[in-house]
Amino acid sequence: MPLITYRKALNEAFAEELSRDESVFLMGEEVAEYNGAYKVTEGLWERFGSKRVIDTPISEAAFLGLGVGAAMMGLRPVVELMFWSFAYVGFDQIINNAGCVRYMSGGLINVPMVIRGPANGGTSVGATHSHTPENLIANTPGLKVVCPATPYDAKGLMIASIRDNDTVCFMENTLLYGTTGEVPEGSYTIPLGVADCKREGTDISFITYGRAVLTALEAAVILQAEHGISAEVIDLRSIRPLDEEAILNSVAKTHRVVLIDENKPFCGISSQIAATIAEKAFDELDAPILRVTALDAPAIYSMPLEKLQLPTPERIVNKALTLF
Amino acid sequence: MTTTTPDSKEVAQAPINLAFTSELKIAALREMLRIRRFEQQALKFYNQGKMGGFLHLYIGQESVAVGAASFMNGHDEMITAYRDHGHALAVGMSMEECMAELFGKATGCSKGKGGSMHFFAPDKHYWGGHGIVAGQVPLGLGLAFALKYKNIPGCALCFLGDGAVNQGVVAESLNLASLWDLPIVFIIENNGYSMGTSLERSSAIADCLAERAAGFNMKWSVVNGSHFYELRATLHASMEEARTTLHPVLLEIKTYRYYGHSIADANHKKYRTAEEIEQYKKNHDPISCWQHQLIEEGILTESMLESIDRAAKEEAAASVAFAEASPWPEPSSIFTDIYSEVDSASDAGRTGVHFFSDLS
Repeated sequence: MPLITYRKALNEAFAEELSRDESVFLMGEEVAEYNGAYKVTEGLWERFGSKRVIDTPISEAAFLGLGVGAAMMGLRPVVELMFWSFAYVGFDQIINNAGCVRYMSGGLINVPMVIRGPANGGTSVGATHSHTPENLIANTPGLKVVCPATPYDAKGLMIASIRDNDTVCFMENTLLYGTTGEVPEGSYTIPLGVADCKREGTDISFITYGRAVLTALEAAVILQAEHGISAEVIDLRSIRPLDEEAILNSVAKTHRVVLIDENKPFCGISSQIAATIAEKAFDELDAPILRVTALDAPAIYSMPLEKLQLPTPERIVNKALTLF
Repeated sequence: MTTTTPDSKEVAQAPINLAFTSELKIAALREMLRIRRFEQQALKFYNQGKMGGFLHLYIGQESVAVGAASFMNGHDEMITAYRDHGHALAVGMSMEECMAELFGKATGCSKGKGGSMHFFAPDKHYWGGHGIVAGQVPLGLGLAFALKYKNIPGCALCFLGDGAVNQGVVAESLNLASLWDLPIVFIIENNGYSMGTSLERSSAIADCLAERAAGFNMKWSVVNGSHFYELRATLHASMEEARTTLHPVLLEIKTYRYYGHSIADANHKKYRTAEEIEQYKKNHDPISCWQHQLIEEGILTESMLESIDRAAKEEAAASVAFAEASPWPEPSSIFTDIYSEVDSASDAGRTGVHFFSDLS
């Protein structure tokens, strides 16, 4: 299998779907002639032309809403946000229109749209460019949220998201774009709502998603090597729909759990997972549910301090050790 | 409000009005009356506590939706804001499904899930019914974009109020529509008040909203909503312009509402005078104006008018009876119509947990 980057894996997913389905088009700031601010859409404008790969002015609310309207009419827009942080100026279109129009129309209307782009901190761009809105979006029934950690997952989940008949908010990560992994050529899908066990273990479960999966895997190596503790790493991959079964099975196996994500702790994704485990697997627990999240402050600019703000292998190891 | 004058002979002689047969002229009157009688029934039962939420009445503005809908050719698409009952009836939605929706019943057009502000009928090219001021404007862009993308020779009709023009997304949308040559007619229904704030207190240039289009390289015009011939001629020309040039047009239609912003708007006689409302009813009411015109033309008689009006009233009363007799939605319906994949029980809809509570 070819070893390619996360960026390239997404690019291949777009090329596959643009070729397969005339109703798919890409739209966003700098996605066409500039080849993408992060080069995720590189070469696609040249290959598919201006009808299918479209540069927009800096008008997130208008082009997000345009995407919703076009999707209502049966097209399949893939709308890029240069940063998911910019969604905040178009939130009305995402939450009220993409998220609610099916319900308010009594099921007469679908919005088969993908809204995508990076949603991460850790790049020293300050608080307003570092938001992780997966919890905000997942709080809206009607929307789906996907956060892939690897190139393989990114491609398969993107193709599944474009083919999905509901709006999928696809959250990538600028720090992952350059990472590599084995990815099959051609088309394949990974269903939304299916977690992936990235490392088997017996003593403790790390439930995580996105870039925090890589951090959790590093922590698992340290725990095994230095403390003889076997950690299992469950990558949720999709937040909504959620693979609760995978979470509960892992907890039932290890009886200890640390939830790890780069989201903020207050009503974050980890809060929901903690509630699920407490409600449905309380008797399986030998220890309290603990969390390692982004530190609860706006993303700081200063480089060494920002590194402390996101989960690190050390913080995860230390947190895990308190459970033994 | 400018003082009203009957439609000029010139406008009445425009080709589109010459082609306007007596039958169609009567039909337009009938549609306007149906909207008014429907809403008067709705008001009565809203005041009896039969409906939830807000009730934004269109009474006083009926000519606009009726005029616009009459030119939809099967390829055109319509979208509007929350004052949406008139548009819904004008495109052909039934009084029954609309009234039942107001009553929150399972037989409502949105199964009781949308309410007054959220009527939809995609099969009639009607895309709502949207509650957030100006939130529907970029959706209208999307309708126009999809028409052009699919090479469908239609246009999108995107209605907004005079209060919506000061939302940022409207400026973004006007720019995009013009920049990308999208076939859309933006129709500002200017009734003079954004809730309780008059135009003079909300817009830096209050005497003309449409000219904002000039800043986006877009044609625009201002029409009096009480002058039905003029309104028709302008709507027709604008829609034709959008369809054939694939370039947007912006219309401002001067109109008025007799009731408050919504019926919950208790102050609506404080921010405007009773004389102002009376003056409009007496001299500018679009239905009265059109009736007089048709009587003057010898097309309409008092007895015909009575019979049309009676039929509209009976239809409205029957829609209330239908709504009252209809069942409430089942509690289980709270969890349907959220995800298409779940509703269709597809593989995607059956994979993973989509809802994080149940009825217990």
